[in-house]
Amino acid sequence: MSDRTETDDVRTEEANGGFSRRTFIKIGIVAGAGLTLGVAWRMTRDPGLPTSDATFVPNAYLRIDEDGSITVLVAKAEMGQGVSTALPQMIAEELDVAWEDVTFEFAQAHDAYGMMVTGGSTAVMEAWGPLRRAGATARWMLREAAARRWDLPAEQLATRNARVIAPDGSELTYGDLATDAAKLEAPDEAPVKDPSEFRLIGRSLPRLDAESKSTGRATFGIDAGPPNTRVAVVARSPVFGGRLRSFDPSAALAIPGVEEVVEIRAGVAVVARGYVEANQGRDALDIEWDEGDAASLSDETIHQTLRAAAQGSGRSVTEYGEPDVVLDAAPEPVVATYRLPYLAHATMEPMNCTAWVHDGQCTVWAPTQFANGPAIIGGGARQVAADAAGVSVDKTELNVTYLGGGFGRRAERDFVQEAAELAGKIDGPVKVVWSREDDTRHDFYRPASWHEFRGSLGNDGLPEAWEHRMASQSIIERLVPPWVPGPAARFAGKRDPTSTEGASNQPYRVPHMLMSYARVDLPIPVGFWRSVGHTHTGFVVESFIDELAHAAGRDPYEYRRALLDEHPRHLAVLNAAAEAADWGSPAPEGRARGIAVVESFGSYVAQVAEVSIEDGVPRVHKVWCAIDCGTVLNPRIVRAQMESGIVYGLTAALHGEINIQNGRAVQGNFIDYPMLRINQMPAVEVILAPSGDAPGGVGEPATPPIAPAVTNAIFALTGQRIRTMPIRLI
Amino acid sequence: MTIFSVNGERREVDAPETHPLLWVLRERLGLTGTKFGCGIGQCGACTVLVDGQPQRSCQTTVAAAEGTEVTTIEGVTADGLSSVQLAWIEEQVPQCGYCQSGQIMSATALLAARPNPTDEDIDQFMSGNICRCGAYIAIRRAIHRAAEIEGGRIADDNPASGERADR
Repeated sequence: MSDRTETDDVRTEEANGGFSRRTFIKIGIVAGAGLTLGVAWRMTRDPGLPTSDATFVPNAYLRIDEDGSITVLVAKAEMGQGVSTALPQMIAEELDVAWEDVTFEFAQAHDAYGMMVTGGSTAVMEAWGPLRRAGATARWMLREAAARRWDLPAEQLATRNARVIAPDGSELTYGDLATDAAKLEAPDEAPVKDPSEFRLIGRSLPRLDAESKSTGRATFGIDAGPPNTRVAVVARSPVFGGRLRSFDPSAALAIPGVEEVVEIRAGVAVVARGYVEANQGRDALDIEWDEGDAASLSDETIHQTLRAAAQGSGRSVTEYGEPDVVLDAAPEPVVATYRLPYLAHATMEPMNCTAWVHDGQCTVWAPTQFANGPAIIGGGARQVAADAAGVSVDKTELNVTYLGGGFGRRAERDFVQEAAELAGKIDGPVKVVWSREDDTRHDFYRPASWHEFRGSLGNDGLPEAWEHRMASQSIIERLVPPWVPGPAARFAGKRDPTSTEGASNQPYRVPHMLMSYARVDLPIPVGFWRSVGHTHTGFVVESFIDELAHAAGRDPYEYRRALLDEHPRHLAVLNAAAEAADWGSPAPEGRARGIAVVESFGSYVAQVAEVSIEDGVPRVHKVWCAIDCGTVLNPRIVRAQMESGIVYGLTAALHGEINIQNGRAVQGNFIDYPMLRINQMPAVEVILAPSGDAPGGVGEPATPPIAPAVTNAIFALTGQRIRTMPIRLI
Repeated sequence: MTIFSVNGERREVDAPETHPLLWVLRERLGLTGTKFGCGIGQCGACTVLVDGQPQRSCQTTVAAAEGTEVTTIEGVTADGLSSVQLAWIEEQVPQCGYCQSGQIMSATALLAARPNPTDEDIDQFMSGNICRCGAYIAIRRAIHRAAEIEGGRIADDNPASGERADR
């Protein structure tokens, strides 16, 4: 593949928070039959970066074949959030093709696609400019090709349903024109549509993956690989950070169907004809572990460590006014301590990866959220697989499958590393499959955290001072150590947004504020869990503001309203949710409502939950959920993501807790780590309240508000303030 | 040697008696539409029909399947999309999609037992199937829709009540 023409585009957009964000877009033609366009883009908040990029490598994003088929290459992971529909929808809009004619393929991992990470609810946000430009560019070139063939001015030609139409009604299909179009120079400026001209964006177009997922034909990681693939399970140290001391494979090898036992970095792999045999082999293994220092670690010590850190001197992340002075002088400060547990991701599809090393090549099939990434952070799955297999990256092919859930777990590379390492040591393709227990006990957990709050009220009852001292392990430190130079260092810097986002910038107007963070180092692996830092900061901020409202004797909704005058988007969704829930009206007998509003990933979500207590446990009857995600690309997918985020957060609030005992995760399967089921599902009313700004994320923002909305309702109903998760009623 | 029927086809499998049906289907018969989720019958991702009854195939031994008729997600598609599958697509149920084979098999069994289930019926019958993406509201909607489609199909065969077929 080589590019022949390319075009630059530099646009400046106002991003959230008022930073000037520039997006550099480059579009080039990729050689081959038909018309294939490559698009590269980079977003930056650094105005010093050059506007052109000599390293541009064309990457296929859109292919129009001579038979007229239109294929969008999706370089993001489809894990349920609808990205394999949303990205094609943007291109189809600008290209003027019928939705029925669009198909997609997942792009293979390649540096040409840059950082192939799917997370932070960023896929639509990032692609909004570049992919529409790609569609518009292709349409421009097809129209130009038709103009030349007909010898007519291009401006006189219309495009519709994958055809160019002349004033006399003659038509040429995009398929007819694709090869000619590919011979043209890509235009410098192919304008995108004004939103008033949208015909596909903003519509609930059907998902491109709905049928394959309703017929069992969709290929997930666990289904991928050549027919003769063997299956392996891995015995991993039961204690975090433990090491293999010795093992005896003989009993395992005596099990019929078990073929090999291989030591790898992660532990001992048992390779067998099938999953059942591999498991039997693992059960029969005689292993001695050096359990290491973590073997004495249990919840009590973890809690003590977190509490001591939160109460000690953390680093100030946000500080203004004189919070100490005001709080020390306050006669009756409001004081609250919150504790949140470790949480596992529990994707429906347990971790797995298939790899095959042969003839100096490595082929991988991976359900990964992080297919490709820069070496400075250890590379993405492709790099990790190459290193583990002992094969160069350019000889490593990584195929991204459907993901049976991701939620951040599949942004890790451990499951790819071990499969590729094993494949490098044995003959033939091998699929490493994790049991549910493996998956739950060897996760990268949502960090446990501890929060000490103090607040005081002025004479008007409004907050005067707000002090929040937090302690947790850091997610980002593991991935981006502090010595990393350049823009990446900002993430690893003292603000540690993966821990403090949502708390350091809590939206309520307070004259005196301190938010401090104390990083705690513990040997429990922690990682990105749907909505990351907001999972805990959303809960504590929205609980504490509720506590202040109660201390002031004010209605919790009205209290928030009075403090959000500088945050119109928070306020708008808060009002929309309260209005839909008819907040001012009394709840039905035996029920109460709670409210919460959280901004995350560029979107604003407010939720009202109506709750009762049945047989001593909370029952959530209904959730009203208002979202402002800027521009709504596909309303049905946004609604589905709201319901999905609510279920994810509600599951954690009602059930979620990973306990640590002797350095091990206690919970292992859905019996002791339960999931919300259909008979616990509340009714959900989603209110779309888009502000018309550039799209924000939708995969994560519905998760943070649900726990505080529910616990605030429980307080209104019972007077019990829930400050420890999961919810346990007295 | 165990002999049973899978999606209407006679199959002979040489596996130990205790081998779970799930892995026979997936690894020996290449029917990967049936999914592994928990291995202890708690999530329902592996649901198949055994003689028309929904069973967790991770908890069904190959010996127990002897002489039965097993239907998997691949089998409900044999004569075009089933009412349940049509409804699933119409209501856009799948998100990640991993649990949906099991959901569809359970819903198929529910509708066979109760052609017009209430929300309570659905909650009770479907509570063995976890959906981690939380597509539960869409699942309820789709089951009602499938009941309508199926009702329409039956009505189609009966010219006297052709009106419902238009729905």
